[in-house]
Amino acid sequence: MIEIAGVSKTYEDETVLDDVSLVLPESGITAIVGPNGAGKSTLLSIIARLITPSAGAVRVDGLDVQKTKSDVLAKRLAILRQVNHVGMRLTVEELVTFGRFPHCGSRPTAEDERHVREAIAYLGLEALSGRFLDELSGGQRQRAFVAMVLAQDTNYVLLDEPLNSLDMKHAAAMMKLLRRAADTFGKSIVVVVHDINFASIYADRIVAMRDGRVVLEGTSDTFMREAVLRDIYDTHIDVREVDGHRLGLHYL
Amino acid sequence: MLAGLTGGALVAAAVFMTLGAKGQWDFILAFRGTKLIGMALVAYAVATSTVLFQTITQNRILTPSVMGFDALYAAIQTAVVFFLGAHQLSIFDPRLRFIVEALIMSGLSLLLFRWLFLGRHRGLHLVVLAGIVFGVFFRSLSLMMQRLLDPNAFIVLQDQLFASFNTIDQELLLVSGVIVVATSILSRRLLARLDVLALGRDVAINLGVDYRRVVMLLFAMIAILVSVSTALVGPVTFFGLLVANLAYQALGTDRHRYTLPAATLIAIIALVGGQTIFERVFGFDTALSIIIEFTGGIAFMLLLYRDLKR
Ligand SMILES: Nc1ncnc2c1ncn2[C@@H]1O[C@H](COP(=O)(O)OP(=O)(O)OP(=O)(O)O)[C@@H](O)[C@H]1O
Ligand SMILES: [Mg+2]
Repeated sequence: MIEIAGVSKTYEDETVLDDVSLVLPESGITAIVGPNGAGKSTLLSIIARLITPSAGAVRVDGLDVQKTKSDVLAKRLAILRQVNHVGMRLTVEELVTFGRFPHCGSRPTAEDERHVREAIAYLGLEALSGRFLDELSGGQRQRAFVAMVLAQDTNYVLLDEPLNSLDMKHAAAMMKLLRRAADTFGKSIVVVVHDINFASIYADRIVAMRDGRVVLEGTSDTFMREAVLRDIYDTHIDVREVDGHRLGLHYL
Repeated sequence: MLAGLTGGALVAAAVFMTLGAKGQWDFILAFRGTKLIGMALVAYAVATSTVLFQTITQNRILTPSVMGFDALYAAIQTAVVFFLGAHQLSIFDPRLRFIVEALIMSGLSLLLFRWLFLGRHRGLHLVVLAGIVFGVFFRSLSLMMQRLLDPNAFIVLQDQLFASFNTIDQELLLVSGVIVVATSILSRRLLARLDVLALGRDVAINLGVDYRRVVMLLFAMIAILVSVSTALVGPVTFFGLLVANLAYQALGTDRHRYTLPAATLIAIIALVGGQTIFERVFGFDTALSIIIEFTGGIAFMLLLYRDLKR
């Protein structure tokens, strides 16, 4: 369980997170949605101890992330940032192998290699595993980074816009993969998405943020309503039911 | 690749030890041997500190000396002479003085490093600029103190500051050797984390590296290595940059298991080989550091140009 208790973040005099309290369960998919600048990435970074909060605390399975040793947390929680850049020249396989570092340091065992192979296969990167990252397309690179985070094999996986630069097929495949990880391995996956329809179809819970606050905690049923969406996004979105899924027609 | 470089370094060392040697062998071997050890020590200190620094700061252009840290060391040396005076100095063991200076150096550079790299994120441009300003500041500070020194003290100081590859300070060799070996052994456990560190702060933390602690320890190690090399041969601005980048280019991998030894070996080949050629073949005594700085300076400009173009 991840407990977020009264977390705020201010830069100079700008408040980007304002007293956020939230509980994320031990398994299932939680989608975080909200307009640009709502504070989604900041919240994820604070949960993953990349940023220190100005106030409040985050506990993962009871461990305060600011006080617990980093290597202990690395076995429970993994994060994929919104923007990823690696200066080092690495192949896909080398990158994914780094995901095993919390478990084996720099000496991967056969077990670690199995995790790496599986993560590469899940993301359909087998054919590219020997390629250097700077020789990949944007979407392929994005999938390589997701593979690295999955290879870390933690119970909590935080993904900041993992669908970035993925085509339609791979975006849907990614969400199905996350669904499988949550259902088969009981993982807790927190994913920031901009496409509300992916949230509506695949997430167990939806957390909507705006102006540094959580404005809604609910499910597809409570979130996918025209009045709610208008409050959050300041724009009208038609909502239709298709094959039992609520879909927003935000292209119109 | 590493084997080739090791071979090259051994050949350079063998030629350096034997070329043009006549007369008493035991004297020559002892004399050249200490010089060789000195150069190897400097090569290791400069190469290692540069590679570590570039890993932490995630760039291929900045080095401790480009950031003005050897100027800081020279300023500390000057300040020590300035405040102690020539008389006090003569009764002070130079090795003890070196250790004190190295400690002050580590403390001060840790403060600077922290301010520059661990606080808010600052752009590369600002950091380079700050480094140049620091360099000028420390140099002028030294100059000002030197103006005010009495002539006797100044001579003592000059001796230290104008150390070069030719006049490696013999007295400090043993104590530097011990310091370098000790820090290297102590930091061996950090080495496994260097590759992870090179992935950047956020990824390193995600993978369980205690980022602040590891970075501070590495900065301390860098400060010690810079002190050692500056004390032995004086400031060398672009040498580290040159050997580190040659190593990255030659290897085609960025794994520290390979880049650290490769950079050191290239540095040894450059120093020992260069010294052999200039001293024995051409009979010039001072040309090596000029050539090294010249080539390194050009490499620096090329790298900067390539980065700006991107
Ligand atoms: N280092 C910083 N200094 C000052 N302000 C910042 C900093 N980082 C983020 N912000 C501000 O904090 C607010 C929230 O940013 P955050 O990245 O969390 O938004 P987000 O919800 O992830 O948006 P997006 O959907 O565009 O990714 C923004 O207004 C941003 O400008
Ligand atoms: Mg974001």
